[in-house]
Amino acid sequence: MLFLSLLLLTLSLFLADLAWGSIHISLSEIVSVFFGNGTHGINSEILLNFRLPKAITAILAGASLSVAGLMMQTLFRNPLADPYILGISSGASLGVALVMMAATFLPIAFVSSGWALIVAAIIGASIVLVLVVGVSFKVNNAVSLLIVGIMFGTIAGSLVSVLQNFSNPDAIKLFVMWTFGSLSAVTWNYMQVLLPVVLVGLGFAFYLQKKLDGLLLGENYARGLGISIVKTRFIIVLATGLLAGGITAFTGPIAFVGVAIPHIARGLFRTSIHKILLPACVLLGASLLLICDIISQMPTYTLPINTISALFGAPIIIWIILKRK
Amino acid sequence: MAILSTQNLTIGYSKRGKIDIIQPDLQLKLRAGELVCLIGPNGSGKSTLLRTLAGLQKPLSGKTLIDGDESAKLSQHEKALLISLVLTERVDIENATVYNIVSLGRHPHTPWWGNMSEEDDAFIHEVIEMVHLGHKTNCYLSELSDGERQRAMIAKALAQDTPIILLDEPTAHLDLPNRVEIMLLLHKLAHKTQKAILLSTHELDLALQAADRIWLISSDRGVECGVPEDMVFNGSFNHAFQSKSYVFNAANGNFSMNYPMTKSVWVFGDKTRMYWTLRALARAGYVVVQDAELKILVTENSWIINDVIIPTVEELLVELSKITYRVPDFQR
Repeated sequence: MLFLSLLLLTLSLFLADLAWGSIHISLSEIVSVFFGNGTHGINSEILLNFRLPKAITAILAGASLSVAGLMMQTLFRNPLADPYILGISSGASLGVALVMMAATFLPIAFVSSGWALIVAAIIGASIVLVLVVGVSFKVNNAVSLLIVGIMFGTIAGSLVSVLQNFSNPDAIKLFVMWTFGSLSAVTWNYMQVLLPVVLVGLGFAFYLQKKLDGLLLGENYARGLGISIVKTRFIIVLATGLLAGGITAFTGPIAFVGVAIPHIARGLFRTSIHKILLPACVLLGASLLLICDIISQMPTYTLPINTISALFGAPIIIWIILKRK
Repeated sequence: MAILSTQNLTIGYSKRGKIDIIQPDLQLKLRAGELVCLIGPNGSGKSTLLRTLAGLQKPLSGKTLIDGDESAKLSQHEKALLISLVLTERVDIENATVYNIVSLGRHPHTPWWGNMSEEDDAFIHEVIEMVHLGHKTNCYLSELSDGERQRAMIAKALAQDTPIILLDEPTAHLDLPNRVEIMLLLHKLAHKTQKAILLSTHELDLALQAADRIWLISSDRGVECGVPEDMVFNGSFNHAFQSKSYVFNAANGNFSMNYPMTKSVWVFGDKTRMYWTLRALARAGYVVVQDAELKILVTENSWIINDVIIPTVEELLVELSKITYRVPDFQR
């Protein structure tokens, strides 16, 4: 019942995201663009090549970051863990910073195409992830892994600062713009890469749902239930890398969704079972980012998505801490 | 026939080539339908032994046989069908009910999607009843007392439906009624369900009463196994828990503190009050000596020293201290 209303909420937000913006497009027009055959005006152009991929990206990003956040919170048994905790976003930032600030040494065609940033972000995130996964086989408890992940993130973050120190103001501005996050950078071309990456990541997450339940008891109890910890932890880190790394590469870092949505899902459904929490996170995360996107494309004020998600997310985190006392 | 046995099992830790043997060459047998209590001083290796038997930790050498199969060769899943665990780690899961926790025990039996059959559901309710939590089935974990929480974890182990249950200090952090109840429950379960239950504990007196067999572990004598009473008679306990500050009292299965006894007194009279009178005197540092100069007559409702009638133990102790101090006479 709750799921049905969430699904309806997500769908109506999706339509609202398509309809509202600096140019209003009526519902009947949306329907006629999708199912009709005639109109090929400016509105249909905006709808198909701008708003539709952006709305789909919002859904994918919300779902991915929330599911990755849920897995991290379960793995580390820490309510404040999020998909970026293992240094994924710092790794991606480092890759992007390297490309932007080293722009003078690279062929201009490569730097100006969007792929350069995406490839750099993916490589940066992957390197940090490979290091963390390598460590995950060595250390035998999740808290050590968490600390190692944070340390890798810190190293990457410091390297970014060092780079900024030696860069020209234009490059720094470009980089700062990237850290604001943007859903509109994903064109249909990029979608062909992003969609499969996200679907594979979500597939891993749903495959793990029973093991995630077991992990709630802690690693020793989970072993006692027949769960292979090293293998499961490897798949969790891999799935998180695909989900959070993939999204970050294409949209830039989007804060707070990953940490806040799992808590809303738990609060709403009053359960700890991942079979329910995973789809709940998908729907709630998609809805939240659609709302953020609707706000960010309000006429006259165009705000960066990262700012809006933080405005929503930060109060939720404060509420969690107050509730825990 | 032992459901679990060890052959030359050496337990301990090995870090960067440095080997720290905690207990060498253990030959142990755990039988079905028995409650076995593993007791021993801190640092003697209780937890290490349990963790090694549970497969959470590798032995340094030797092997564990479970139901005839070598434990090290079983997969994690196969082990989960043979051994269930109750650990000391505190389980705190937001929004999880007793039913949720206990149903996690069914994991090794359910397919990957985790669907519960009607039999699974009925079995979960049955084990929750067994630990007397039926009325709390749908309560959240955060609403339970420590004792109920521990019973829920035991129910989880029961739901796993394994022939062996290992529990690491299941009575720690519980008050006396809950400790007794948990021990009684485990004793009943071992006999009723024919499971082999092994638990480690510091509760010597409870273990002596509830255990069918004791594994007494000490650093210098390895693991001694036996029926509790036999181990009292052969002096194993006194040896394992040797200390200057207390002695194992074979008469009542308790530990008595070794107070420094510097003063002597002779006590005679009423038998029922004698035991507690002696305890109070021991605490005050009096050793009972036949026909000592200071004499206390214990009557049915009072104590008499030097013809003074004293109604309470408190006043008795005050009176005794006056007598002791009268000799040096510099108190005034």
